[in-house]
Amino acid sequence: MASGIKDKVAIIGMGCTRFGERWNDGPEELMVEAFQECIQDAGIEKKEIQAAWLGTCFDEVMVGKSALSASMALRLPNISVSRVENFCASGTEAFRGAVYAVASGACDIALAIGVEKLKDIGYGGLPEFSTAIGTTNALWFPNLTAPGGFAMLATGYAAKYGLDIMDVKEAMTHVSVKSHANGARNAKAHLRKPVTPDQVKNAPTIAFPLGLFDCCGVSDGSACAIVTTPEIARSLGKNDVISVKALQLALSNGTEIAHKWDGAHFVTTTKASKAAYEEAGIRNPREEISMMEVHDCFSITELVTMEDLHISERGKAPKDIMDGFYDLDGKLPCQPDGGLKCFGHPIGASGLRMLYEMYNQLLGRAGDRQIDDPKFGLTHNLGGFPMMNVCSIAIIGKHGA
Amino acid sequence: MIGVTAFGAYVPRYRISRMTIIQNMAWYFPVIMAVAGGEKSVANWDEDAVSMAVAAAYDCMADKDRKALDGVFFASTTMPFADRLNAGIIAAALNAPEEGIANADFSACLKAGTTAAISALEAVASGERSSVLVAASDLRKSKMATMAEMFIGDGAAALLFGKDDVIAEFKGSFSLNADFVDHYKGVGKDFDYLWEERWVRDEGYGKIIPQAIAGYLKKTGTQLADFDKVIYPCYFTGTHRGIAKQLGIDPSRLQDNLHGVCGDTGTAHPLLMFSTVLEQAKPGDKILLAGFGQGCDVLGFEVTEKIRDFRPARGAAGSLAAKVDLPNYQKYTKFRDLIAADLGIRGEANPNTSLTALWRKRKMILGFTGSKCTACGTPQFPSLPMCVNPDCNAAGAFEDYEFADKPGKIQMFTGDMLSPSVDPPAVYGLVEFDGGGKAFLDFTDCDLNQVKVGMPVSMSFRRRMKDQARGFTGYFWKAVPRVQG
Repeated sequence: MASGIKDKVAIIGMGCTRFGERWNDGPEELMVEAFQECIQDAGIEKKEIQAAWLGTCFDEVMVGKSALSASMALRLPNISVSRVENFCASGTEAFRGAVYAVASGACDIALAIGVEKLKDIGYGGLPEFSTAIGTTNALWFPNLTAPGGFAMLATGYAAKYGLDIMDVKEAMTHVSVKSHANGARNAKAHLRKPVTPDQVKNAPTIAFPLGLFDCCGVSDGSACAIVTTPEIARSLGKNDVISVKALQLALSNGTEIAHKWDGAHFVTTTKASKAAYEEAGIRNPREEISMMEVHDCFSITELVTMEDLHISERGKAPKDIMDGFYDLDGKLPCQPDGGLKCFGHPIGASGLRMLYEMYNQLLGRAGDRQIDDPKFGLTHNLGGFPMMNVCSIAIIGKHGA
Repeated sequence: MIGVTAFGAYVPRYRISRMTIIQNMAWYFPVIMAVAGGEKSVANWDEDAVSMAVAAAYDCMADKDRKALDGVFFASTTMPFADRLNAGIIAAALNAPEEGIANADFSACLKAGTTAAISALEAVASGERSSVLVAASDLRKSKMATMAEMFIGDGAAALLFGKDDVIAEFKGSFSLNADFVDHYKGVGKDFDYLWEERWVRDEGYGKIIPQAIAGYLKKTGTQLADFDKVIYPCYFTGTHRGIAKQLGIDPSRLQDNLHGVCGDTGTAHPLLMFSTVLEQAKPGDKILLAGFGQGCDVLGFEVTEKIRDFRPARGAAGSLAAKVDLPNYQKYTKFRDLIAADLGIRGEANPNTSLTALWRKRKMILGFTGSKCTACGTPQFPSLPMCVNPDCNAAGAFEDYEFADKPGKIQMFTGDMLSPSVDPPAVYGLVEFDGGGKAFLDFTDCDLNQVKVGMPVSMSFRRRMKDQARGFTGYFWKAVPRVQG
C-alpha cells in the first residue's frame, strides 16, 4: 500500500522572478534570476544538486526542445535534467519530478525550475496552438482559444444552476477585483493596479462572457525550488522545515468532451483534490486549508474550482465569493499573491510561482500580504480546456503539521 | 421508367439587397442601378461550391439510402480543387460507398449541371448505374460594382436519378454545342471576363435557347404547348421573358428566373429552378428544362403519382424562406475576400494538412462518422480505440455511427473575439446529440446574441480552412443553431 508523499520531502529554497513583460530578458536570464534567489535561499552550492527538472509549455517559441536550455543557462554540472510539459501543469510537473526523485532515494538534492517567455511572439494572449494539438485534432478542432474554451464553462455553469449569466458574472467580477487588490501588494506581480467592479464589468469582451479583466496576465517569468529530505534540510540548519504534504495529478480521459458531463465542473480537479486531501491527511479542507493559489487563468475557472476543491458546496461558490470568504482577510484567502490574474502566467513557471507564495507565507515572509499562522497551503493548476484537461494539486505545510 | 427519384436544394442564409450594393457602389458605376430590385443570396464565409453541394445533397437524400448510391456527379465552375475529385469529397461527406461507385466532376461551363444530369440519366438508362446523384453548385466571385455582382447569387441543387420510385420520368434530351463566349474565366483567374451585354442577350440567350428547344421538340415529336412549365436560366429578366414571348410560352408557364430572390447561381441554376417547379408539381405535369453555356441542353420530364410521396428536407422554398438580410456590404466583400482586412499575427499560422491523417480519418472528418460501442451501445465522437464510457472501456468493439444527420442541443458555448475569424466572434461550443454522443464544434449561420444553452442544432458541412499558400481546402462539420431569424 502506497504511503504517499506526505512529509518525505522538504523544500529548502525557492526563487521567483518578477513576472511581466520582460522585453529585455530571454528565458535564460529569467531562469538565472530565479535560480540565484533560490540557491541563496537554500544555502547550498550548485554542485550539490544531483538532478533537475525543467517545466515549459510553449517550447517551440521559447527555449526549444529538451532541457538543454536550463542545463546551459544555469551551467549545471553535467547532471540529469529533464524537460517536462503538461500544459499549465508543467511547472508542478517539474516539481513532482524533483520531489519524487528525492522521495525515491535516487538523489539527495534536486532542482525544479519552470520558465516561460511568452512575450516574443508579437501579439497578445497565448501563442497560437494549431500546430500543437496533434495531427488528427488539427483536422477538426474548433477555432478556439484559451479564453473561449473557458468562457464556455460560464454558460454551462449558469445553465446547470439556473442562474442568469450576469449573476455569475457578478461573482466572476469579484474574483478579479479581489486578485487585483492582492496583486497590488506584490512587488513581483505583473499587474499591480487595483480595479473596481465597474471596470471589470465594462471591459471589452474577449470571449463571451469573459471580459479583459476576467483573463489573467500573459507574462514572462521563471520560478524554481530546491528540494531534499527533511533530515538533510535540518542538517543544513533549516529550523522551519516546509515539507510536501500531497502531490496529485489527474487527466481527462475523454468523458467530458465525448460522453457524460454537466459542463459545470472540472472532473479532474474534483478527483485530484480528493486524492490530495487523503494523501495529506486532511478531512475537512474548508476548515483545514489555510490558503490557496489556484489556477485562475480566467475568473470563471477560479469560481468553479472552489467547488471542485470541495471547499464551496456545488452551486454555492458565487455566494462564498461574494461573502468575501476567499478574500485576503477572509476565512480562506485565495490568490494572496494576486494569482495568475495579476502575478501573471508564464505557463511553465506558474505552478512553482504558486508554491513560492505558499512557501513564503508558511515562513512568514509574505510582507503586507502575510496570512496569520498558516498551516496548509494548496496550489492548483489546470491546463487545457474544461472539456479536456490536466489538473495538478500540491499541498505543502510545516513539517510534521 | 427512369427519371428523378429525389430532389433538393440549398440557398445560403444571407441575402444582400441590391439596394445595399447600389448604396455602396453606384457612385463608381451607376449602371448597376438598372437592376436595382430584389436581393441575391450570399454564401457564408465558410462555404464553397463543395460545401453547398453537400447541403443540397443532404436536402435531397434525407429519406433516401445514401449507401445505395453508385454515382455522384458534381457540376460547378468554381470547384475548390483543379486536381482532386471534388465529387469524391461530396461522396465522402454523404458516407456513400467507396466500392462500386463512379464519381465525376462536370465543369468549365454553366450548363455543366444539365450535362451532368443527362450523363446520369444515360448511366441509369444503360443499366450500369441504379442511383446517381447530381449535385450542382456555384460560388462565383465578382468584382465590386459590376453587373456580375448584381446578377450572381450563390446556391446549389441536387437531383437523384434512378429507376425506382421515379417522381419525374425522363422523356428525352437534346443538346446543342456552340462556342459562344459570352464570358470566360481563364485558369487561375478569380473573375469572369464578360463581353457586351447586348450581344450576350440577343445573340446568345435569345437565339441559342430557342434553337435548342426547337431541336428537342423536333427530336421528341412534342409541342411546346404540351409543357406545363418551361425552365431556362437567363439573368437578364427582360430577355428571359422575351424568349418566352418569342416562343409563344404563356408567362404562367415560364418559371421565374429567381433574380429577385437569389440571383443566378451558375451551374446550379437550372436545377435550382427545376427544384422550385418540382416542389409545386402535380402528377401529369410536363416540364421542359434547359441549361445554357457554350450551347444548350434541353431535357423533358413528366411528373408521376410518386411526387405525392416525396418532399425534400427543406427544399428550395425552405432555403429561400430561411433568410437573413446582410445589411453590411463590407462584410459581404470580406466574405468573398475582395478586401484585405487583417486577421492579425495569430491568424498567420498555416500548417499544412496531413494527407495521410486525412485518408486514415476520412470517414470521421468528411463523413462526421463516430462510433457506437457494440458492447455498451454508447455513440461517441471522436472514435478512439477504446470505448469512452467509463463503465465499459471495451476495446475495438465498434460500428460506424453517423452524426451528420443527427439533431443535437447546445450544452455550452462562447463567442470568441480572440480567435482569428473572418466573421468574429468565432462561436463554438459543445453539442449533445439526441440519441447520445457529443462533439466540440464550431457554430455557423448564427449570431452570438441568438445562441442559448439547450438550443437545438443541426449539422452542416463547411469549409474549415483554406490554405492559401498551398491551395488546399479543409472541411469539417459545424453546428447550425436553430435561431429565429
